[in-house]
Amino acid sequence: MMGRYIVKRLIYMVPTLIGMSIIAFLIIQLPPGDYLTSMIARMTESGENVDPAQVARLREIYGLDDPVLIQYWKWISGILLRGDFGHSFEWNRPVSDLIWERMGSTLAISLASLLFVWAVALPIGIYSAVRRHSFGDYAFTFLGFLGLAIPNFILALTLMYVTYRYLGQSVGGLYSPQYVEAPWSWGKFVDLLSHLWIPIIVIGTSGTAALIRILRANLTDELNKPYVVTAKAKGLPEYKVVLKYPVRIALNPFVSAIGWVLPELISGVTITAIVLNLPTAGPLLLRALVSQDMYLAGSFILLMGVLTLIGMLVSDLLLALLDPRIRFT
Amino acid sequence: MTTQVFLDTVGEERPAVSPLKTGAPLEDIAVAGQWRLIWGRFIQHRVAVGAGIVIAVFYFIALFVEFLAPALPEASRPQYTYAPPQSIGLFVADESGGTRFQPHVKGYAIEVDPVALRRTFVVDDTKIVPIGFFVEGPTYKLWGVFAMNRHLIGPLNPTDPMYLLGTDKLGRDLMTRLIYGTRVSMSIGLVGVAISLCLGVVLGSLSGFYGGWVDMTIQRIIEVISSMPTIPLWLGLAAAIPLTWSPLQVYFVITLIVSLFGWTGLAREVRGRFYALRGEDFVTAARLDGSGERRLIFRHILPSLTSHILAVLTLAIPTMIVAETALSFLGVGLKPPVVSWGVLLQDAQNIRTVATAPWLLVWPAAAVVVVVLAYNFLGDGLRDAADPYES
Repeated sequence: MMGRYIVKRLIYMVPTLIGMSIIAFLIIQLPPGDYLTSMIARMTESGENVDPAQVARLREIYGLDDPVLIQYWKWISGILLRGDFGHSFEWNRPVSDLIWERMGSTLAISLASLLFVWAVALPIGIYSAVRRHSFGDYAFTFLGFLGLAIPNFILALTLMYVTYRYLGQSVGGLYSPQYVEAPWSWGKFVDLLSHLWIPIIVIGTSGTAALIRILRANLTDELNKPYVVTAKAKGLPEYKVVLKYPVRIALNPFVSAIGWVLPELISGVTITAIVLNLPTAGPLLLRALVSQDMYLAGSFILLMGVLTLIGMLVSDLLLALLDPRIRFT
Repeated sequence: MTTQVFLDTVGEERPAVSPLKTGAPLEDIAVAGQWRLIWGRFIQHRVAVGAGIVIAVFYFIALFVEFLAPALPEASRPQYTYAPPQSIGLFVADESGGTRFQPHVKGYAIEVDPVALRRTFVVDDTKIVPIGFFVEGPTYKLWGVFAMNRHLIGPLNPTDPMYLLGTDKLGRDLMTRLIYGTRVSMSIGLVGVAISLCLGVVLGSLSGFYGGWVDMTIQRIIEVISSMPTIPLWLGLAAAIPLTWSPLQVYFVITLIVSLFGWTGLAREVRGRFYALRGEDFVTAARLDGSGERRLIFRHILPSLTSHILAVLTLAIPTMIVAETALSFLGVGLKPPVVSWGVLLQDAQNIRTVATAPWLLVWPAAAVVVVVLAYNFLGDGLRDAADPYES
């Protein structure tokens, strides 16, 4: 049963993947003119000689004169068959050299934020559901709303300012200058943590707020069910009544949350990383976009999409594992 | 398929019509129309009403920008770069030792930092700049039509400095620019939501009404769009805007980009409701009466969703405002000389600038947060009130 579900789920992913690759390709194609043209313009401006024959050769290599469909095919088949994401004109290196490390750190920070979201949302969600309409519930709800309302980059700027002003800490980046090139050590790890908390809080807040609200709603529904009343009537201690079954059932949204929190987190990592200058995909993406280095930018966008899709797949599979009913629908 | 939990959509499995839960005396409710019931529930939601008032105030500001702002957004005075905010005093001491009523702000004195040789402004208590309401100031055109020179508030002598929220690096009044930014930032949300409304309602109702392959296709499209991380996508699209375009063109393209991804939530909501409603008796009755499909959709089903659509739209606006702010902040959205909150925040990008002039971050950020918060509260209240028959 599980096997069939996985296959079905994988097949469902295919059209979405194709759609994403089309969007990424559109973004590559969107800017008027191509990188080659602007590069030639820049070279002529600075007085360098441009050999028309070489230009024609370059145009041929990158297939800039082919019809769009063929260009798409060349691009996507290169990625699928050879892992070739194209050439970064700005860095004059293959895109695949540039992206993997950055995507890795993007994924790492996203996962760390996801863990943060879970760790914070679980206790608060349970508290809010059990002590509904208490002062604490209202306070958390308000904080949650605030977390939803403050855009990531504003929160990042504010925290940056506060740490700079009151803690005197160097902000931005992942390490203090003296540790950037240093080999791994305990000191470097501590230094990493002292830099990592800002992005993680910034990226995690909005997701936390959303998850608390969902957990609170689900758990409230669950707590009103007859089996909870029975358990209470039998004299089970309160914490056991709550934690044993209702929380376990209300935990499902935590797993399915990966699916919709992950795009949000990756989105958040992008902008937060730009503000805080973290070595993730964000700053490189922005730079690539501004200089119209479109193969690099398109690959980042495609990979971020694929990453969220994989996240959704994982969350669906975990959910099916947790809740057998889903496998049968 | 997947069970995803969506924050602002209601699952399909709920019944479309649920019994009326009476809160008010029965005889009042018995004759009340749908909208009166909705209004009654909405009014009870104090926070939402308050949020609604806040938003109304912001739109009022956006409407009368030129009159409300004490100066012109581009009027720069290099001698007052990074001047800190002033506070308003009401009474001044006169020569005879008594006090008399005279609203005023304090002038500035320049201090030179002996080490960095940097000029900093301090508020000078001895200099008094009298201010007043409805004063004459720089000439502007209200809505680009009526030439006027009255400002709601300003210094009595137009050449005196009055910077209630401080100035930026070119010595421009932040308060004026913030007020001008309100118009751009708040209107982007509205225009964007109008586009989302068309897309979301048309595609959502097609999807929910016909089902089958139409539904399948539209659902796939929605899935693709909503699973792409929004900010990279927005960045990618916004970066393609040619630099040579006029600010107005850029404005509309940005609105389009922002709304292109806002319609999916609405389409989902509409589709879910259509699914639930298309089997209802009143729809069957209308169909048997010979209503065509278009009439069924627009005349019979859509009107019963209006309140839900309104709620979802209200919750979509803040996302668009934030999107515009973020794009402009990163330098790929609106660009000066257009003034929006995001453009203002661009000045706060550098941490050293923020350290010297925190007001450049505080006020635009506060404006964004207050508006987004208010929209969220309002949307929540509307969503609760949208279906007065639910408990």
